[in-house]
Amino acid sequence: MIDLQGYGPRLIEGAGVTIQLAVLSLILAIILGLLTATAKMSRNWLAHRLATLYTTLIRGVPDLVLMMLFFFGGQIGVNMITDWLYYSFDIDIFININAFVAGVVTIGLIFGAYMGETFRGAFMAVDSGQIEAGKAYGMSDGLVFRRIRFPQMMRHALPGLSNNWMVLLKTTALVSVIGLSDMVRVASEASKATREPFTFMIIVALIYLLIASVSEWIFARLQKRYNIGYGEAD
Amino acid sequence: MTAFMTWLENQLAENSIFTLQTLSYYGDGLATTVQLVFLSLVIGLIAAVPLAIGRGSKHAWIKWPIFAYTYVFRGTPLLIQLYLIYYGVVFVDGIQETWLWVILEEPFVPALIAFTLNTAAYTTEIFRGAIKSTSKGEIEAARAYGMSPQQTMRRIIIPSAFRRALPAYGNEVIFMLHASAIASVVTIMDLTGAARFVYARFYAPFDAFLFVAAIYLCLTFTILYFFRYLEKKLLAHLQPQNS
Repeated sequence: MIDLQGYGPRLIEGAGVTIQLAVLSLILAIILGLLTATAKMSRNWLAHRLATLYTTLIRGVPDLVLMMLFFFGGQIGVNMITDWLYYSFDIDIFININAFVAGVVTIGLIFGAYMGETFRGAFMAVDSGQIEAGKAYGMSDGLVFRRIRFPQMMRHALPGLSNNWMVLLKTTALVSVIGLSDMVRVASEASKATREPFTFMIIVALIYLLIASVSEWIFARLQKRYNIGYGEAD
Repeated sequence: MTAFMTWLENQLAENSIFTLQTLSYYGDGLATTVQLVFLSLVIGLIAAVPLAIGRGSKHAWIKWPIFAYTYVFRGTPLLIQLYLIYYGVVFVDGIQETWLWVILEEPFVPALIAFTLNTAAYTTEIFRGAIKSTSKGEIEAARAYGMSPQQTMRRIIIPSAFRRALPAYGNEVIFMLHASAIASVVTIMDLTGAARFVYARFYAPFDAFLFVAAIYLCLTFTILYFFRYLEKKLLAHLQPQNS
């Protein structure tokens, strides 16, 4: 059996942090992605411009640089705002940005831009006749979105979504650099302390592969569900 | 040039952070980033061609090891691969006595190895997809002309697959540029490393990181437009005709 030298529980905790971080960022990214896609397809000139600026800027800068900007700059930025609130309106609040929140916000913001592109393509792939039919039934815009556009869009978005999720999962490793105790950080501390980098790094790599395989299975199930009625001939 | 330098110095005289000294850190960082990315991409590309062909081989003993390689390197974070090679290389028995140690001691070489292995895995899969999507008719036509499988591969499949792989490969190049920021973690003074240094020295995160973000943005757009140009040249026959 592999000797973890007492780092086993901490590695499991770290894996928990990684998974929580990845899932929360995914939720944020999906919300941002839907907003971005809607803004990009809207006739509103300003919304369109803003969404384009957001996706272009985010996708042109490395994840790590954005993460450091938000993590190191975030606290200073928040302090500036609270200071201003204190001096102008006498409101005294203190907000402390922790590494976990900075990580979720950064990864969510980054992948929101990628999700936006995925969702935009998927929304455009929905047959406009479907939407017209929904309107003809007297459905409101919200209802058309919930019952017709969203479920049919997901069928086209799922391959891109699963791709983005795999990249997102690997991006979470970067939070170890800004001081969050995810499993990569635990492994790198353990390797330095025990001088056995292979043991710990390979275990962490295997956990990543395991999470990736499980999510691949989940996405295959989802794909099957959203493809009902579009079954491939076999 | 000297006139420009004095002009620049006057411009920067008011600025306490972006002095000529810090700008030179960014300049060196840019050189390191470009070297690292360019070298790993070139070596990765050369390695990926035979790997992609082997990945489609009929022999299981060629096909499966390559699949395992790409699966592992695409399925785990680059940071882990970098740590493994950077920290792991020290523990190879007796390596400190050989000539290899002289080059491996510098973090640049382990980083280059990690990046090359990573990009080669992604590029292999990109080429594999492109080779697989070669239309059957082209291959049949080549066979009908009496070309051997090797000739078909060299003359028909590879050239057309390269062209089809171009858009995806352009994305991979940009991905690699962004991934190279990780090099700063193992004490390499690349662009991000320079930004971290300037941040630590002046405690000015916005100045340090926004400036470096702007440089990365320029690099990204340069790559993007280069690949658009290439696509326009090489994929002209696939463009929709405008009448």
